[in-house]
Amino acid sequence: MNAQTSSAASSTAGAFLARFEGLREHLPGGRLPWLAKLRAEAAAFFAAAGLPNRRIEAWRYTDLAPIAQAGFSEALTLAAEAPALPPMRAPYRAVFVDGRFAENLSVMPEAYPCGSLAAGLDGTESRLGALAEDLPLVALNTMLFEDGLLLDLPAGAEGGVIEMLSVASHASRPIAFHPRHLIRLGDGASLTLIETSLGPAEATYLHNPVFEIAVGAGATLSHVRIQREGRAGFQLSTVHAAVQAGGTYDNFTLNAGARLVRNEIHASLLGPKAACHMNGAQLAGDGQHADTTTFLDHAAPDCASRQTYKTVLAGKSRGVFQGKILVRQAAQRTDGYQMNQALLLSEEAEIDAKPQLEIYADDVKCSHGATVGALDEAQLFYLRARGIPAEQARAMLVQAFLVEAVEGVTDPIAQAALAEATEGWWEREAA
Amino acid sequence: MLKIEGLTAEIDGKQILKGIDLEVPTGEIHAIMGPNGSGKSTLSYVLSGREGYEITGGSATYNGLDLLAMEPEERAGSGVFLAFQYPVELPGVGNANFLRTAVNAVRKHRGEPEVDAMQFLKLARAKIKALQMSDDMLKRNVNVGFSGGEKKRNEVLQMALLEPTLAILDETDSGLDIDALKIVADGVNAMRGPNFSSLVITHYQRLLDYIVPDRVHVLMGGRIVKSGGPELALELEAEGYAKVAA
Ligand SMILES: Nc1ncnc2c1ncn2[C@@H]1O[C@H](COP(=O)(O)OP(=O)(O)O)[C@@H](O)[C@H]1O
Ligand SMILES: [Mg+2]
Repeated sequence: MNAQTSSAASSTAGAFLARFEGLREHLPGGRLPWLAKLRAEAAAFFAAAGLPNRRIEAWRYTDLAPIAQAGFSEALTLAAEAPALPPMRAPYRAVFVDGRFAENLSVMPEAYPCGSLAAGLDGTESRLGALAEDLPLVALNTMLFEDGLLLDLPAGAEGGVIEMLSVASHASRPIAFHPRHLIRLGDGASLTLIETSLGPAEATYLHNPVFEIAVGAGATLSHVRIQREGRAGFQLSTVHAAVQAGGTYDNFTLNAGARLVRNEIHASLLGPKAACHMNGAQLAGDGQHADTTTFLDHAAPDCASRQTYKTVLAGKSRGVFQGKILVRQAAQRTDGYQMNQALLLSEEAEIDAKPQLEIYADDVKCSHGATVGALDEAQLFYLRARGIPAEQARAMLVQAFLVEAVEGVTDPIAQAALAEATEGWWEREAA
Repeated sequence: MLKIEGLTAEIDGKQILKGIDLEVPTGEIHAIMGPNGSGKSTLSYVLSGREGYEITGGSATYNGLDLLAMEPEERAGSGVFLAFQYPVELPGVGNANFLRTAVNAVRKHRGEPEVDAMQFLKLARAKIKALQMSDDMLKRNVNVGFSGGEKKRNEVLQMALLEPTLAILDETDSGLDIDALKIVADGVNAMRGPNFSSLVITHYQRLLDYIVPDRVHVLMGGRIVKSGGPELALELEAEGYAKVAA
């Protein structure tokens, strides 16, 4: 890293800190002493750590210099007008505009607490920050979050399907927002949460969400994330999920938008027979950078985890997959599997993959695999010899490559959101 | 009519086809026989447009179209079909979707209306039945986990659905037991007619008992070294290539 980018990084970190100093009284919950303390501690942590840079092992392949250079110095102002929203697919939808809950645009369930975090901060002292680790971007979020989703599904409840929509508005200056989402499923509860993030094509903005997700014993959360940020936007997201005995946390993430995205998922399997499936597809075209980094912590016996990630890179793009599975000594009879595969559609595309297994238990079934390749010439010719035009044949093979990553998405609403997000990707980005 | 004149081609700088002259008049079935490595598959790939072959001389026209100047999909649209010696597996691509996409691509090229999923299924089921294949073949991924015989039958199914006017069958008989061989031969014979021509590439005379060719050509070392009637196949079987070609 040269002196110029490093000073841009520290001045951007400085701008975030200055914003915090200016806003701290006015941020939601500013009068709650415990929250003021939490934010101040986060600010101190962030001041010391700064924005992550490539000298940090976990950030070796993803350079945040473009974010540092964008200079998110502007304070947030409320969006002048509501952005155009896609049609609702599920009965309920929580809409966030520039990271703030938009009550007038949202339709929320009434059977259980589900709504704005800013409006419900009072009862969250024991939860806020309880699952998130001390990471620079989490600290940035803690310091500056203005809102988020607060969801509390009681034990045994069927939560159905809830959509979350994050929209960035048209802003004339680069804006940054840091929503904090607290989601808790009581024992035996179940929920499907489908999140889509969108933004205008030309706007430079930073969406830095943090999810703290608690999945109770025997509960099931299916978390589908469709990332379609604008092509000049940035998304740095951190998901922390803690799963109790017999519970299941499923995460599927599509990375299709943004100039740069980091999708970091930490899941901890804390009780026996907890399970986690993490699947994802990353589609990056010219000028895009897509990073998925997962951390699976097997802390209890008889748990299972499955990860399947597929990255398709076109043009001059870059993909990253880092996946660590930690099997603690107590986690006997762990069944862990991780696969990441990349398909490079251009000579200029680049993938970095770093799988890691760290195993301290002795009775464990744990494996990982990785492949990198181009489209198969023989397969392409086979399709063309059957009359299928070259472009269509390539699109078919790209879709075929993604099958194993997307087949776990079984909810029809999630499938529709996924289909819409990937529709025509080949024609736009790679043809 | 397929007309090949003085066709030479190389791969990685190595000359494989060394001047092929061959005419298959419309409505006729010609067999090409020859030992391993003589260039039979190379000829079939060159005719259907696979990349990686450098055409260094000669020509190949089909009904007056300059085949060698066309993309593979255009050749298919114009009625050329290659049954692959080694059918390619396509994990993640469902056979039904693949077949329907191919049928519609070819129909579009020919200016015919596309078929919808229902019409296609009806069409495909009829052909599948005729080929004594099982319906679940449609649900599987293209050629993935298919036995050798199933793969070959899937090639013949594709041929039956795409209704080509020039079918090049590259050792479609190899690896088939006698029952499967008869079914495949029936599939080809069902297409026989005044507008259908075929180049049947085979190693063994056996297939030609069931698909009786109008002409038999012997390909050795990248050249057609001998041509004759169906009896030539029997002669080859009895005496071997070296003797017959000498
Ligand atoms: N991709 C290739 N690269 C180099 N040589 C090849 C390649 N494909 C085929 N050949 C060679 O070309 C010759 C003809 O092969 P082929 O057309 O497959 O013969 P046949 O089908 O008659 O058995 C053989 O000597 C084979 O080794
Ligand atoms: Mg061959």
